[in-house]
Amino acid sequence: MKLIFLVFLLAAVRPSVAYAQLYSTRSGFVGFYSKTALEDVRGENNQVYAVIDAGKKNLAFASLLKGFIFPKELMQEHFNENYVESDKYPKAAFSGAYTGDVPLDKDGVYKINVKGGLTLHNVTRTIETPATLEIRAGHLLGVAEFKVKPEDFNISIPSIVRDKIDKEITVKVNIDCTTNK
Amino acid sequence: MATRKYKLTFLFLMAGLAASAQDTSLLRMLNDSMAAHPKKIYVMGTFKAEHIVNLQTVESPASCNLNFVIQHRFGTLNSGSYNFFGLDNATLRLGLDYGITDDLSIGVGRSSYLKTFDGYVKYKFLKQTEGGGIPVTLAIAGTVTDFTQDITDEAFLNTADRTAYSAELLIARKFGQNLSLQVSPSYLHYNFVPTAQDKNDIFAVGLGGRMKITHRMSINAEYDIVPKNQIVSYTVHNSLSLGWDIETGGHVFQLVFTNSQSIVPTQFLTQTTGTWGKGDIYFGFNISRNFSLKKKR
Repeated sequence: MKLIFLVFLLAAVRPSVAYAQLYSTRSGFVGFYSKTALEDVRGENNQVYAVIDAGKKNLAFASLLKGFIFPKELMQEHFNENYVESDKYPKAAFSGAYTGDVPLDKDGVYKINVKGGLTLHNVTRTIETPATLEIRAGHLLGVAEFKVKPEDFNISIPSIVRDKIDKEITVKVNIDCTTNK
Repeated sequence: MATRKYKLTFLFLMAGLAASAQDTSLLRMLNDSMAAHPKKIYVMGTFKAEHIVNLQTVESPASCNLNFVIQHRFGTLNSGSYNFFGLDNATLRLGLDYGITDDLSIGVGRSSYLKTFDGYVKYKFLKQTEGGGIPVTLAIAGTVTDFTQDITDEAFLNTADRTAYSAELLIARKFGQNLSLQVSPSYLHYNFVPTAQDKNDIFAVGLGGRMKITHRMSINAEYDIVPKNQIVSYTVHNSLSLGWDIETGGHVFQLVFTNSQSIVPTQFLTQTTGTWGKGDIYFGFNISRNFSLKKKR
């Protein structure tokens, strides 16, 4: 009886060991860009946490909103205080899965499709975007670009500055993950 | 019985694995990793502007940013309908503040009150961090003022006599996102005082704070105390000011009520002769406009 239990136990535990292939980073890049005739706004964060499970094809991102650096300090202050309210909601996170073949043992650039929930300002929205994963010398490099609308995340922009902020903000993601912890 | 127990154990194990296989486990992993590597983050936006009303705040323009400040005070509310309750008269200070670094700034100004020039240096030497660490922001501000108005019965006054200095230690703390408080012990030196009984070196303390009412508005209050027996030849009252900050993009508008007519520290701290009780209240506003002179990268 005990033997059967052990077999069951092994059977239950082993797949998760065999298939979880975690690649992670604590210095991923996420930047967002808004271009209008009146003003360009740019916020960039080089301390994004990301993890990709290449076995299960899941991935997740998390970052502190206060880690976004703006060329103009006043914009950074307004971003945190007035728009994303980072004192109340300090993090932005993404959690989802991807489809597409990425043979881990073969260096190369592979097209994938990512779908998941982006949580910002206490609102979660589904984001679906094409992206690429590159295998290079044991590293897993991810690149994606997509657009979000501030209003979708319940971020209200007063009419007096509405023309200075793009209706759709471009988000660029660039991560370099390894199997090191 | 034993079989059932094993079956249950097995079920629990499977359930546990199924849960961890969901994508949220990755997110939880990231959150744990984040918690394990806390980052030092400085508190920003303790105050919206560089003045609570008259008192300097710990805020300064960011590196390569220029602030143009207009501080305007009408006459007193109790000056009667003939003077349109003070609106016929005005005192004005125009100022320029520039951030050499994010922590070091310099400024110059000119007030119409006694035709006064002023210059100051402000340095933030300790910055409050989030989540404990450093609990307060500390800055020091040194100001030199020189009034140039001709006074016929005091024609003997030379430039040195007209010059006064102030050194203020600014201690501020942001309590959560809405409330910020500041205490500012100030030391003032006057090269020339009206009588021998008046002290050349004066100690004062400024208290101030703001409470945000929306993201872009706050109510400010300031109370500046000059302990007695330092100035004896005329009556000095403590300065009480209330303000309402409205921020729009690079502008901050402050509507203020104060019993001080003058705007520079060597004057509003020691030359406030009116009181709120008698209606010696000056309505006015501060407007500050930020210009970023940083070259685009």
